[in-house]
Formats: sequence, structure tokens, C-alpha cells
Amino acid sequence: MTKLRDVCRHVRSKQAGPFWITFDVFFNGRESFERYSDCAALSPAQFASLYGADPERVKRIAVPDLEMVKISYPRTTPQGGMVERDMHAGQQYVRLLDVVID
Amino acid sequence: MEQLFEGCVKVIVPCGSLGAGVREEEIEYGLAAGAQVIATDAGSTDSGAAYLALGKSKNNRGAVKRDLTILMKAQAKSGVPIIVGTAGQAGGDLNLDWTRDIAVEIARELGVSPKIALIYCEQDKQTIKRLNAQGRIKPLPPHTELDDETVDSCEHIVAALGVEPFLAALDAGADIILAGRSTDTAVIGCYPIWKGAPWGPSWHAGKTGECGVQCAVNPTLGSGILLSVDANGFEVEPLSQDNQCTPHSVSAHMLYENSDPFRLLEPGGILNVADARYTDLNGRAVRVEGSRWEPMPYTMKLEGAAAGMYQTIMLVGVQDPDVLKDIDGFHDRLLDALYKRTRQSIPSEELGEFHISLRMYGWNAVTGVKPAAGTLPPPEIGMLFVATAATQEMANTIAHACNPYFFHYPSVMGKELPSYGFAFTPADIPRGQIFEFKLNHVVQLEDPLELVRLAWIDLSDRSMAVKELA
Repeated sequence: MTKLRDVCRHVRSKQAGPFWITFDVFFNGRESFERYSDCAALSPAQFASLYGADPERVKRIAVPDLEMVKISYPRTTPQGGMVERDMHAGQQYVRLLDVVID
Repeated sequence: MEQLFEGCVKVIVPCGSLGAGVREEEIEYGLAAGAQVIATDAGSTDSGAAYLALGKSKNNRGAVKRDLTILMKAQAKSGVPIIVGTAGQAGGDLNLDWTRDIAVEIARELGVSPKIALIYCEQDKQTIKRLNAQGRIKPLPPHTELDDETVDSCEHIVAALGVEPFLAALDAGADIILAGRSTDTAVIGCYPIWKGAPWGPSWHAGKTGECGVQCAVNPTLGSGILLSVDANGFEVEPLSQDNQCTPHSVSAHMLYENSDPFRLLEPGGILNVADARYTDLNGRAVRVEGSRWEPMPYTMKLEGAAAGMYQTIMLVGVQDPDVLKDIDGFHDRLLDALYKRTRQSIPSEELGEFHISLRMYGWNAVTGVKPAAGTLPPPEIGMLFVATAATQEMANTIAHACNPYFFHYPSVMGKELPSYGFAFTPADIPRGQIFEFKLNHVVQLEDPLELVRLAWIDLSDRSMAVKELA
């Protein structure tokens, strides 16, 4: 059972402007990048299930030179709004680390 | 035929945000290396809508004054201009005036008289409604068409500046430019563009430098960077001698706080770095070539901040073993009891719309998602109570009504009432309003200066506090 944390050297999340949240998933080498960058565990459906994102709006862009994939989705609640728990979305990546990818 | 740009334009980006801690020795190094301008932003939307809605800075006055003093001394000595964008964190008129007053104070203390340009870009609601009625305001994803109600809900609205207003101020001989909300990139890219450098490398240099030393290997070592834009590309190096920029650290910065790693929408075009090549120069500087500027019809992005309901918070520390044995169950039972208590003790016609939440710090406060079964409890949790209501008074009243339950509610009924660990008296903290960004739209413009007001401070007239010349 392989988790995302096992094939990445760095994973982070952050706000991208007030209305988007973006995840940067840096794989631990070319092999991992090629094998997992478009895996189902990083699909729009996964972000819908983990974060409540609208799967139609999830953007996924691979950056081969950096052996990373960038995944972004519109915030589901307003930044700083009534139920805000993570203004900068900087802690959201943690739940992704334990996603089983293989 | 277009004349090829010769030479290079060197830009000091002294810090990620004015007030973050400019280093005098870094400025000296940059100037000695031939820098022709010092450019930095002083804010962003990252920290939320409160700063635009309230017209307040996030960085404190002393820190901003300290940084600006170092820069203005360097300006007076060397003659290189200073460009500051997104003044006072949000770049509204109040934020810009706050920064202007600091600059004037410093000028008087130093006994210098630089020519200071102020570029205002706050918009009144009627203007925005008119532009919208003309069909000139378009939504950016995930938003839809703008309506008047949304415009009316905003406390302040700004249009983010591109390079053109900065070029106008530079043309007019500004020594210091203090600007309202600007794209981070434009603040840094404008000067190379003004000097005739190609737009692709200039904008890309701006994006690379927007957070100062963040594009280097160690983002905590030093504060600023030096950019050098020429006919075919640009180079970047950290101002701290101990730090390095690498092709990876520089190219990875294009990912930062950006939903598309290759394309960045700016006023009047798109910065496209899909074909950019990053080359190590000497172990601490990087050369970038292949950045492209794709001109588009001119737009400015609008940002609006609205103030909403009010919140009151309370915090307790809990080590009670009965609570820690069943944190999720305790959370649900207490929350239910707090809602019932609120509805019982405050008449519904007074209460109005309200919301209560409990966040269990140490357990799942950041996500609100219940941890997997079998997750071991921590030795203690911090439990945050948040009441939201239409007025501060009502949020306070709800907190007062809930206080005894929040303080004493047992996890197991029938035992002696526990008393959880309050750290303060009074226990409730009126937190103020909720602030949210409302607009995510661009306005189409024929004239890049249509929504911009340029003013000048006359420092020669010492009898006046501040004189603005329109």
C-alpha cells in the first residue's frame, strides 16, 4: 500500500487569490512523477470527496520540468468567512499525504 | 523596426512586503551592483478582506516606517527611485494615505524633498455600477455576472494597477511612487519596461521577485533579491551573500499562490512562461530566457471587501479524561446543548440569524473532519467557541448565555460538574466583524488610466501638512 507521502519530496497547499485553493505536489523523482502525476488518487473526484470541491472545476496541471503536479479548486466557503478554519489554506495538504495511490 | 534594447536594468526588491524587515546592507550591496530602482509591494489579498474593508495596514506603523526610512535614505543618497505598490496592505485610498503620511514624516525627519507620486485606484460604487451596466465588467472563474447588490455590499473597491500608471508617474519624474492596489508583478516589472526592456522578461522578473527572497533556496536567509532584465531575459540573485537562487527555486516560485503555473493574467496581457528556460549562472544566480508577453485587450482586476456579521469567541483548555476519551461525542453533545441554551434564553425575534461552532484544537480544529476511529487522543485540547450574529451585542449575548455550559458541560452526565480551563476574565472576546472579498471580476478599459488618479505631494511647502496636486 503506497501513500502519496511515500512518493513525494514535498506537498503544500495555499490560497491562490481569495477564491481558489491550490496544491503543489512535488514527486520524489522522474519515475514517481510519470507513474503517479495523473493517478486516480489525485483526480477531481478525490478533491470532491476530501475537500468538498466541485469536481467540474478542479484544475490539474503537470509541470514535468519540476516533476510536480498543481491541482487547484475554487474555495467552498469564503476566505475568512463565518466557518473559516484555515484562512490561507496552508494546512489543507496534510489530509492528502495519507491518500493511498497504489 | 523596433530598436533592440541594449544593456540591462537592475531592480532591487528589498523585501517580500514593506515592513517585513528591509536590510540596510542588502540595499547597499544592490546599489553597489548597479541597481537603478528599488521596488516592492506592501501587501496582498492573502491575509483576507479585513484590511481593504477597514482601510488598515497589517504591518504595523513602526515596521513600515523603519523599512521606508532605510529605502528613503538610500534614495536620497543614490538618486534611484522607490516604487511601492499595494500600499498599506490592501491599496485602498485609506491604506495609501496611511503610507503617504509615513513617507511625509520620514522626509521631514531626514530633511529631504523627494518628488512623491501617489497613484490612487479605489473606485466608487457608482462608477462600478455604470461600467457594469455598460457590459464592461466580466467575471473570472468561479464567479458569475456582477450585480448591483454585490457592489453595494462592499466597503471599499479597488482596481489592481498594471504598469501604465507607474510609467506615467516615472515619465513625470517621480522619485518615490506610492501606489494603491497593484498587481505584485507590475510594481517590479514597470521600471524595466519604462527603460525599454522587453515585456516578457520584465513581467516574469516581476513575478519572480514579488515575494523577495522567497524565490531563493532558503526563504528565511536575508530579505531581498536583485533582478537584472536585458534584451533576451533576466537574471535573479539573492541580496544575501549566504543564500542562493537555483533553477529549481526560481521556476518553482511561479507556482506560488497561483492556480496556473504557466500563465498569469495581468492588465493588458498574459505572462506566458511555458517555454521559459532556467539556467544556473554561478551557483547563486539564475538566468531565465523564453518568457513571453501576450498582449490582450486591456483589463484591470477588481477587488471588493465586504463587512458582514459579528463574532464573539471564548477559549478553554481541557484535560478532562472523560472529554478526551470521546472528543467527537463531547463536541456534538455540547454544541447541541449550546444551541438549545441560546434558543431558550434569548427571544427568537431578538436573536435573529445566528451560528455557533466549536473547534477542537489539538484534535480536528483545522479541518472539522472527524479523525479515523482509533486515533489516540492528545493530552489536552483547546476548545474554541465562536458565536456569529447580526450585531456585536447579540454575539456577546449568545456567548454570555453559553458561558456556563461551555465552562462546565460534562462529558459523562451524573458526575460532579467539571470546570474547564479559562485563561482570561472576562472569558468572552468580542472579535468584531467578518470580512469577505466579494468581487472576482475584470473591467475592460480602452485607456489604462481611466480608473486611476495620479497626485503629487508638495514637500517644498512646509507650512502645509500634505498638499496634493492633482
